[in-house]
Amino acid sequence: MSPPAIAAPSASSAADPSAGEPLPEPPSGTRGLLASRKGLVLVCAALFAVLLVSIVTAIGLGAAVITPGETARYLWAAVSGGRVAAHEVTAYQIVWEIRTPRVLLAALVGAGLSAVGVAVQAMVRNALADPFVLGVSSGASAGAVAVTVTGGLAALGVYAVSAGAFAGALAASVLVYAVSAGRGALSPLRLILTGVAVSLGLQAVMSLLIYSAPDGEATGMVLYWTMGGFGAASWGALPVVSAVVLPGLVVLYRYGRALDVLALGDETAASLGIDPDRHRKALLALVSLMTGVMVAVSGAVAFVGLVVPHVVRMVVGATHARVLAVAPPAGAVFMVGVDLVSRTLMAPRELPLGVITALVGVPVFLTLMRRRAYLFGGS
Amino acid sequence: MELGLEGLSVVTDGRSLVRDLSLTVGTGQVVGLVGPNGSGKSTALRCVYRALRPSTGTVRVGGEDLSRLTARRSARLVAAMVQDGAVDVDFTVEEAVALGRAPHLRGNRALGRRERDLCARAMDRLGIRHLARRGVLTLSGGERQRVLLARALVQEPAILVLDEPTNHLDVHHQVELLSLLRDSGLTVLIVLHDLNLAAAACDRLGVLHDGRLVTAGTPEAVLTTDLVHEVFGVRAAVVSHPLTGDPQLLYSLAPSP
Repeated sequence: MSPPAIAAPSASSAADPSAGEPLPEPPSGTRGLLASRKGLVLVCAALFAVLLVSIVTAIGLGAAVITPGETARYLWAAVSGGRVAAHEVTAYQIVWEIRTPRVLLAALVGAGLSAVGVAVQAMVRNALADPFVLGVSSGASAGAVAVTVTGGLAALGVYAVSAGAFAGALAASVLVYAVSAGRGALSPLRLILTGVAVSLGLQAVMSLLIYSAPDGEATGMVLYWTMGGFGAASWGALPVVSAVVLPGLVVLYRYGRALDVLALGDETAASLGIDPDRHRKALLALVSLMTGVMVAVSGAVAFVGLVVPHVVRMVVGATHARVLAVAPPAGAVFMVGVDLVSRTLMAPRELPLGVITALVGVPVFLTLMRRRAYLFGGS
Repeated sequence: MELGLEGLSVVTDGRSLVRDLSLTVGTGQVVGLVGPNGSGKSTALRCVYRALRPSTGTVRVGGEDLSRLTARRSARLVAAMVQDGAVDVDFTVEEAVALGRAPHLRGNRALGRRERDLCARAMDRLGIRHLARRGVLTLSGGERQRVLLARALVQEPAILVLDEPTNHLDVHHQVELLSLLRDSGLTVLIVLHDLNLAAAACDRLGVLHDGRLVTAGTPEAVLTTDLVHEVFGVRAAVVSHPLTGDPQLLYSLAPSP
């Protein structure tokens, strides 16, 4: 046995060549660009430009194709109160009454689900978490099916089902909260286990309701609520969704550094002046409200809230303020594209959104995972 | 700034983890907490960095009752280096260290020039500046420990508490870390397993057993053959360190009589 011949280089001795030298140059590429505030603003501005173009293009496409120029003109006419010629009224109505609310809703929900996914992953410290892991989507589905089957909430007219979904989502969140906070602290593992258990229970309730339903209508609904779709979008729902999701995005962004600290663990968070329990409770209320509203108008679109956060993190790094600045516009662009495919690929039939998000998202995600040294969740 | 634990007791699920613990750490002193596994060392420490609220008793920093301060305010006075579960998020070393400024910054405010210098100096002190752009998850255990200490220093606390900071460190870095603490001028409360390192590094030691403070005093006064036998159940001879005069223990593997 010979002693080891090579002494390990001591990183911290006084002779350390790196000590006192300026920091190494920022890495080139996107991550380097994003390290500066200016770079981040540029990237976000570019993403918003892409989003605007996607929205106008997507509004033009469908069974009746309308060029982006025409689309923009109709949109301008609608917003500014301008006039359109008599022969254009049909095209105008397709653009403004049918497609615009749908595409805007897709953008909102894509942005919201992506940001909520980022927040949920940080607050339960689990890379597999998504907006629906806390039982919200199952609650919404169960609520919607319950309203359909029982004919309840009839006073709300066309909004009855959405209202039922929202009520179900909130009830599920309150249940998850009450059970996991039963003994004071809201630990990440308790939260996620409770969420999964409540989800499974509510799915069973939903199945029971469907089997007890007299007709087949409920079966089709299940597909809609579990896979998602924007087929029911209308101008009526947009104000409510915007009023919850847009401020929610701003609040989540402002939680950026708190989420950084929460991701370090509860002990460390406490030592850095962030009460983990109080922050987790506030975040749970916020993300439940946002998710509930989104699920009520679009069903549970899987995958976006799981994968967009990871893809954005691979590009911009782990700092939550940066992730939460880039994820919403990126998620919005993605969702507008997915919705476009869903209504054009097999027209006139619509594909459920979850099918497309997964078919597109999985390969993209796996490719990026292989190409980048992405270490979320262990090396 | 002086750190005082006054009559601290912690009871969880009917079990008494810390019983009536009183201990003072004078300004600029390094005080070690030692004791067998489960003797309440980490629990007492958790009350100081506010991960745990004591059932009774008070923690005072500079005479002020810690529980009356906001979480942010106390995080500006007391920093901690703790054994938290593995972190899953791939921050760079630079980003992880910069989070030490969290209690000083509102919202997402970026670090100012002075704060960036502060982070750079802390990384220099811990010899991790060359790792600044590396992902934390790619580091060795010892490198991660040094990132944690750099973050605690960047917090600019008056009081630093550490739970087993020498875990995962080789002997060179153990000695270096403890010397750094001694030279920092901070008021330090540190939990250590290694009694010999504790004797070398600390001005005073507190010995915990079953949540009770058995004795406290200078290492010479505390580390006796009888005490080590009584508290840790091992036989050891106490000798004086030939270079420094600190008491050092030589353990005997022979079964206790």
